[in-house]
Amino acid sequence: MALAQLTGPDLAQRVEEAVPGSVDALRQAQGGSDDTLWINAPSIGRVAEFLQQDSGLDLQFLNSISAIDYIGHFELVYHLTSFRKGHKATVKARLAGRDELHAPSVYHLWRGADFQEREVWDLMGIRFDGHPNMKRIMLWEGFEGHPLRKDYTG
Amino acid sequence: MTTIRTEPMTVNIGPQHPSTHGVFRLRVTFDGEEILQVEPIFGYLHRGTEKLAEERNYTQVVTLTDRLDYVSSMINNQAYCLAVENLLGAEVPIRGQYLRTLTAELQRIAAHLMGIGFIIQDLGALGTPLMYCFRSRERILDLFEMLCGARITVSYMRPGGVFFDAPPEFWPALDQFLVDFEEEFKELEQLLLENEIVMVRTRGVSSLPLDMAINCSVSGPVLRASGLEWDWRKIEPYDAYDRVEFDVPTGSNGDNYDRFWVRIQEIRQSIRIIRQCAEQIEPGPVRSEVPLVLRPEPGVEAYGRVEASKGELAFYLVSDGGISPYRCKIRSPSLLNLTVTEHLLVGWKLADMIVTLGSVDINMGEVDR
Repeated sequence: MALAQLTGPDLAQRVEEAVPGSVDALRQAQGGSDDTLWINAPSIGRVAEFLQQDSGLDLQFLNSISAIDYIGHFELVYHLTSFRKGHKATVKARLAGRDELHAPSVYHLWRGADFQEREVWDLMGIRFDGHPNMKRIMLWEGFEGHPLRKDYTG
Repeated sequence: MTTIRTEPMTVNIGPQHPSTHGVFRLRVTFDGEEILQVEPIFGYLHRGTEKLAEERNYTQVVTLTDRLDYVSSMINNQAYCLAVENLLGAEVPIRGQYLRTLTAELQRIAAHLMGIGFIIQDLGALGTPLMYCFRSRERILDLFEMLCGARITVSYMRPGGVFFDAPPEFWPALDQFLVDFEEEFKELEQLLLENEIVMVRTRGVSSLPLDMAINCSVSGPVLRASGLEWDWRKIEPYDAYDRVEFDVPTGSNGDNYDRFWVRIQEIRQSIRIIRQCAEQIEPGPVRSEVPLVLRPEPGVEAYGRVEASKGELAFYLVSDGGISPYRCKIRSPSLLNLTVTEHLLVGWKLADMIVTLGSVDINMGEVDR
């Protein structure tokens, strides 16, 4: 059994229908990668809920949450898999700026987000709203800065 | 008879404790011997691998991957090299694919032997069974030494294949190892699988329901012990896994015994895979023409994933066109398997805790990165 990749445009259509205004239409149209679904950061929670609970998508497994620092903005990348449907998806959201960054947590949907969201906060400095235990995970409380940011100099 | 009044007490298990298998701390609140609350605390081994990768070229990063799950370095090499090859669209020659599959399976045996050995050690069988496991593991490390001169930090694989072809003396040594190991392993199985103490102490202890395992991003033997037949070697075959036959053992209860049992069965399957690789391998190049300093296209990204000894290990690489990865995110199975610690431990006793932790089989090098 091979795992099929859900394509960005197809996903975007279904997600936009379920959660109007959630798709980042501009970047979806630019379509850097055809496999990616681009969403607006404030919609992460509602889109995640749809992706997990829609019976046709059934993306029940959160493989990983990654954050990338592009200096002018940050990107959050979610890799998801459905064991039952045998497909996978990649979802991205862009966060503008560098200070006071926030994104909705998906902790209440996937417990597997617990450590990963804490790690993103610890090393990249993006807070997740709704996470019950948003504190550093690798480094100690009181550590200054977020080492995986590009402007961090030891 | 009056009951004795008890008071909850908080104890730190670790960071320096022989049963935590590395520098790992559990803050546990007990009522007598019973666990009321657990908080895993880690980061003691955080070396900033992802940041270090951003300052090294693509080939140099291979050496960093050795130090993630340091009992499973071949498989780490493999995951990273697959990610780089996806990034470049590079191919691996057939012989290179077989050598990678073969060494990865040897490594899986070595890693599972450590996992099994330590569970038995944690059950109180001090020394002997663990030494049985280490005896076989040493032989595997000897084979690695023949291949690349190193035993733990192998850095044997490279984007595009492996560094060197196996020397001629490797093949008879491998054959001899397989013959000896099958005997040794039979002995180990007889000693452990139907062992009264193992059964009583692990059956029905700390069960993990499948839906919870999935929701907590658990992977590898822990996920399969809970009953899901899901192995990335089957789902997305890489290297030579599409040309070898093997089964994916699964448990049914997700308890400590199942996790222990799944690993033992996986060793059997690894032996099968190694034998097939040794039979099918043919002469040829082991590495394609990939330059040492790589410059992938700017803006491309790749997710390279393998079934490591602990679960789904993936490298998510993003290129900006430079000689180093712009971002190198490591999806660590040990870290995510720890998500279920609290569920597994609360309500059980101190003595079970140590065994349960052993059955999840974490590696701190990989948790902290």
